[in-house]
Amino acid sequence: MSIPAVPVPMESPRAPWYRRLPVISHFNKSVGLQRGMLVAGLVLTGAFVLTALLAPLLAPYGFSQLSDDDGSFPTQQAPGGKHLLGTTVSGYDVLSRVIWGAQTAILVIVVAVAMSIVVGVVLGLVSGYIGGWLDRILVVIADAVYAFPSLLVAIVMAIVISGGQSSLVGGIFAAGTAITLVFIPQYFRVIRAETVRLKAEPFVESAKVVGASNIRIMSRHIYRNATRTLPLIFTLNASEAILTLAGLGFLGFGIEPSSAAEWGFDLNKALADTTSGIWWTGLFPGMAIVLTVLGLTLVGESINDLNDPRLRGRKSTGGSSPAPVDTAAIATEVRAS
Amino acid sequence: MTVNIDPLDAGHSGDGELDGGRPVLDIDHLQVTFATDGGPVHAVKDVSLEVRKGEVLAIVGESGSGKTVTAKTILGLLPETASSSGAVVINGADVISVSAARLRQIRGRDVAMVFQEPSTALNPVFTVGWQIAEGIRAHAGRESGKRVSAKEAKSRAIEALRKVGIPDPEHRVNYYPQQFSGGQKQRVVIAAALALNPGLIVADEPTTALDVTVQAEILELLRDLRDKYGTSIVLITHNMGVVADLADRVVVMYQGDVVEEAPARTLFAEPRQDYTRKLLAAVPHLGHNSASEGLTSRAHQDEDVLVEANNLTIEYPGRLGTPAFKAVDRVSFTLSRGEVFGLVGESGSGKTTIGRAIAGLNRTTGGSLKVLGYEMLNLRERTFKPLRKDIGFVFQDPAASFNPQLTIGECIAEPMVIHTRPSPAQVRKRVGELLESVQLPASYAARYPHELSGGQRQRASLARALSLNPRLLIADEPTSALDVSVQAKVLELFKDIQQEFEFACLFISHDLAVVDILSSWVGVLYKGRLVEQGIGSHIMGNPQHDYTKRLIASLPVPDPEEQARRREQHRALLGI
Repeated sequence: MSIPAVPVPMESPRAPWYRRLPVISHFNKSVGLQRGMLVAGLVLTGAFVLTALLAPLLAPYGFSQLSDDDGSFPTQQAPGGKHLLGTTVSGYDVLSRVIWGAQTAILVIVVAVAMSIVVGVVLGLVSGYIGGWLDRILVVIADAVYAFPSLLVAIVMAIVISGGQSSLVGGIFAAGTAITLVFIPQYFRVIRAETVRLKAEPFVESAKVVGASNIRIMSRHIYRNATRTLPLIFTLNASEAILTLAGLGFLGFGIEPSSAAEWGFDLNKALADTTSGIWWTGLFPGMAIVLTVLGLTLVGESINDLNDPRLRGRKSTGGSSPAPVDTAAIATEVRAS
Repeated sequence: MTVNIDPLDAGHSGDGELDGGRPVLDIDHLQVTFATDGGPVHAVKDVSLEVRKGEVLAIVGESGSGKTVTAKTILGLLPETASSSGAVVINGADVISVSAARLRQIRGRDVAMVFQEPSTALNPVFTVGWQIAEGIRAHAGRESGKRVSAKEAKSRAIEALRKVGIPDPEHRVNYYPQQFSGGQKQRVVIAAALALNPGLIVADEPTTALDVTVQAEILELLRDLRDKYGTSIVLITHNMGVVADLADRVVVMYQGDVVEEAPARTLFAEPRQDYTRKLLAAVPHLGHNSASEGLTSRAHQDEDVLVEANNLTIEYPGRLGTPAFKAVDRVSFTLSRGEVFGLVGESGSGKTTIGRAIAGLNRTTGGSLKVLGYEMLNLRERTFKPLRKDIGFVFQDPAASFNPQLTIGECIAEPMVIHTRPSPAQVRKRVGELLESVQLPASYAARYPHELSGGQRQRASLARALSLNPRLLIADEPTSALDVSVQAKVLELFKDIQQEFEFACLFISHDLAVVDILSSWVGVLYKGRLVEQGIGSHIMGNPQHDYTKRLIASLPVPDPEEQARRREQHRALLGI
């Protein structure tokens, strides 16, 4: 049948590359409440990232500063005056520690998530595509890691890597590696499941028929199709990474206050203050954790909803609605009332 | 088929008679619009039609014509992103404007639906009896105020199963869906639709997922329902043979509009509209346009033999404790240079397994299969790889056989890049030539697969298979995912290219008419065995094996008069 020049699903030409970036394309697709959630998440996350980047400019004092030209800081001072959010029992400025803490948090996220993505994706691809005994062993190991409470693994790793105490770099890598180990199974599982699914797709079989090598099939055909869900897991894991880091710090495996600021550690030190009515040492680091995690989770959940066409809200057909009669009727009703 | 007259019928069929000549379904200026990422899509633009009591109305059209959306509107099953206007009146109630509660009452009692895929329409964790009774109990409480006991609901489910010809319904009412075959599952779905004796059944492609021999039985059943109970049926289909077999009146849809509406015989005999004429001309008709017309002996026998199967057996290992499943059982055939071998069979006959084994995608487990002189038993990928450049493969679904992340040009070039390592300029030139030979503009090389239509993608798929000038091409159902009009064009192109490049071709299909157009030598597979092979026109005209006879007789042809005759023959063959 000649169906010439019929608008077959000839989709609009590809949008410029920057419009196709994960978060930006999602923003363009969103409407209504979903857009509100995404924007709230983006604002919180943006504030977090900016705070981390601009910490040296924003923070009134250093994270381990105990005195300035006027002498030593007072201890446990209520918010106000020179110390907007007060000081801790050791005399640290709470505002400065909260701001510097963002920097530590973001470093840990980058280290942990980057390492676990690389390792998880490679292992997932190989395990899913090759299959057989290699696959079985890797899956069992991943399951075994799942069985450990993540904090326990993190504590063990912290002890192994740095003896439990450390400098900024050592502490970040200890926390980062600990979190990496916990997250690898997640990336591994997701990529492996996608690989197993894609392996049976006709386009992979057609590459096989053509004579493509396994490495070529994995890198060219499967990898690019299997990694679409990664931005989502990334945002969700980033928030979990912060919680794990805070947990580690709270338990005392964090970073020494003299090497870096760390919210979990500050919360731990604030524990004793609560009974004596000193609320500011605990509230602000706690708020920082809550808001950062909330922001990242909102972004992640919005992306999740927007990726699924069934969950994604759409602009109503608006003016071109095929119910002109109904709109007219409603309009007259409105006028009459 | 035996159909018992159900005393419960009497209560309901009275309603219909009171209404006299009023249509069971009246659709008036229906429009449906979907909100999508790319703006509103008008799926149904302006459709008006009516269905009278005891009438089978077929809505035919190609994909995207809006026929399924129209059917779903009748039951109020549109997704949230759709908005509709106009009127769909069933027994005096407008489905579009009634409340959700009223709509629930209408569904099942006044109108019921039969879905395309019976395996997914039934819930695997409940017995079929429970699923049929579900509808009965959901309605009984609301209407008469008294609840229907579980026992009564079950006895009515048994009645419904008996009506659709399930043997031993008292016993099988407690079976789970997976204990039935595909055709029986579709009968159960129809039984569930019939449970409340609705005046109207909407059947959306009710036989598309079924084999032709089973399809014939289901069509027989639907015809029986109309004749014995006066049920009206809205039949949604793309298969012109099914329309010719069952429909009283036909509505042809194209891009959301009704193109033509006429009684079935008139439509097939003298279509008025251009579109309908083209659509009918594109439908392959068994016995017309045969590739082997006038042949008396097998052609190409003096050429090299490229594929030789000798007692080829392929088994899939069973689960613990169950024996291995023999997908292919002692099959022997040869395929010579330049020949087109058509392999026909229903689902599960092993035809795809044979094709995949020749391409090295499946392992053979017994007998011998020589491909280009290479013994495929104990295949080693490393030694077989050099031969792969001589084998092209065209997959069934053109949408899935292209990597969505690569351009068409990159996909077509892949075999060259792997085997001959050409320069980018050579690649561009060759891709342009290939696209031209499958009648696509060279500029399509820069497009992504989703930017092409189904037929264009299948041409590109053919171009990829041909990129290294293979001596052997395996085409596994290359046109079954396409609309008839597109299929006709692709088949024509396929035929031309085969004659031009003179490759040997194994053409696998479930559609006898399609195979007959392309291949001179045809093999018929049944449950893994090659029951018959011979010259295409001889097999179609004078089948020898019982199964082949049944297969050919159950294929509906797009011509109501001829189909009525064939139906009688088919009945005689089955001894009804």
